Amino acid sequence: MRDISYKQISDAVYEMAVSSIYDLDDKMIRSLKSGLINEEDFLSKTVLKEIIENSDIARTNRIPICQDTGIVVCFLEVGNEVHFDFLIDDAINDGIKRAYIDERFRMSVVRHPLDRVNTRTNTPCIIHTRFVLGDRVKITICPKGAGSENLSSFKMLVPTSGIDGVKNTIIDAVKNAGGRVCPPMIVGVGIGGNFEESAILSKMALIRDLDDRTDDEIARKLEVELLEEINKLNIGPMGVGGKTTAIAVKVNVGPCHIASLPVSVNFQCHASRHKEMII
Amino acid sequence: MKVSLPIANEVKKDLKAGDYIYLTGTMYTARDAAHKRLIELILNNEKLPLDLNNVCIYYTGPTPTVNGRIGSIGPTTAYRMDGFMKHLKMINCTIGKGPRSEEIIDLAKNNQILYLMAIGGIGAKLSLCVKSMDVIAFEDLGAEAIFKLEVVDFPVIVAYDIYGNSVFK
Repeated sequence: MRDISYKQISDAVYEMAVSSIYDLDDKMIRSLKSGLINEEDFLSKTVLKEIIENSDIARTNRIPICQDTGIVVCFLEVGNEVHFDFLIDDAINDGIKRAYIDERFRMSVVRHPLDRVNTRTNTPCIIHTRFVLGDRVKITICPKGAGSENLSSFKMLVPTSGIDGVKNTIIDAVKNAGGRVCPPMIVGVGIGGNFEESAILSKMALIRDLDDRTDDEIARKLEVELLEEINKLNIGPMGVGGKTTAIAVKVNVGPCHIASLPVSVNFQCHASRHKEMII
Repeated sequence: MKVSLPIANEVKKDLKAGDYIYLTGTMYTARDAAHKRLIELILNNEKLPLDLNNVCIYYTGPTPTVNGRIGSIGPTTAYRMDGFMKHLKMINCTIGKGPRSEEIIDLAKNNQILYLMAIGGIGAKLSLCVKSMDVIAFEDLGAEAIFKLEVVDFPVIVAYDIYGNSVFK
């Protein structure tokens, strides 16, 4: 058994929250720059230029990339040989609360969906935990803005819809979202599982490394084809038209019931903020 | 092109969907919660915390000002405010991001209420264009309060012009 302290977890979360809010992922910046080379129209080029310049200003002056500093989604992988003498959710929420108060990030969490009273701590986070083998804890945090999250979609297809049915569902979701999700976007897709599992699969797809390739051959083919088709829709940066609508399409799949074919689509705007750490 | 706020009707005639313009002058922030309160006051014929005639409304919820430096202040998604607009036909223009309903295209055409789009996710850059920021109403709403902003060369795209055109593809 390996003991991990409350402070270790809380401090790691704190550090990741702060850096993710100020520092846009270098791979995203690189993708935006290649999009800029590809675009031809004044407006689509201007939008991309401004987004790239903003990432420099944010990093240099330590101003949040985007004012929507998000509700924090956290994925935990806890090794079976790890011991905590505290509730790990408390340590995560403590790290987020301290980071958001110290850095004066925007408090974007309300305690109740209908009374709408702000918790003023940006907590609680949304935490998904699973157990793995080993003596480590992997923590991924993702401060997720609402602009892109609000356009997410879920559809239960009939199993015989097949690949074409799935593709049409995803393309329809992208068309419906359009410029409202702050493209260039990452499209996270969850296929399979059940109602809630497909949504979690789609969220996990969004936090994959921008350059990774899925091992699943069918999902891989879908990722390539969908990216090409989405970038032909002429939605473009911020919806003003152009070729750079999606930076990536990430598809995660899971086993499901013989009668079901659940499809979830979760969007991430260009301010893609997530960090991971292994303790 | 540089444009003063509020935008004069003569100037609105020259602005076309897709134009990239730089705004200088006064704007007021308001997003979901502030709109809900303003509309309740309007419907109850109660006194408003600001004169809405000919104002520019910017849909944003900034991060707090830190040591005098304005926080990140980019636009929020505009369509969420569409339902309130039928009560706000006295304003000059709105600034937000993303496509909106047909009703807002009609408001631009019939009532000259331009819809301008600031680029989403560039709140750090836009903060440099805001020279002053003072809370004037609903302070308890935090980031969703109404702030009066003085801006210089604040970049926006004309999204819906007075001729019924839209920048969105």
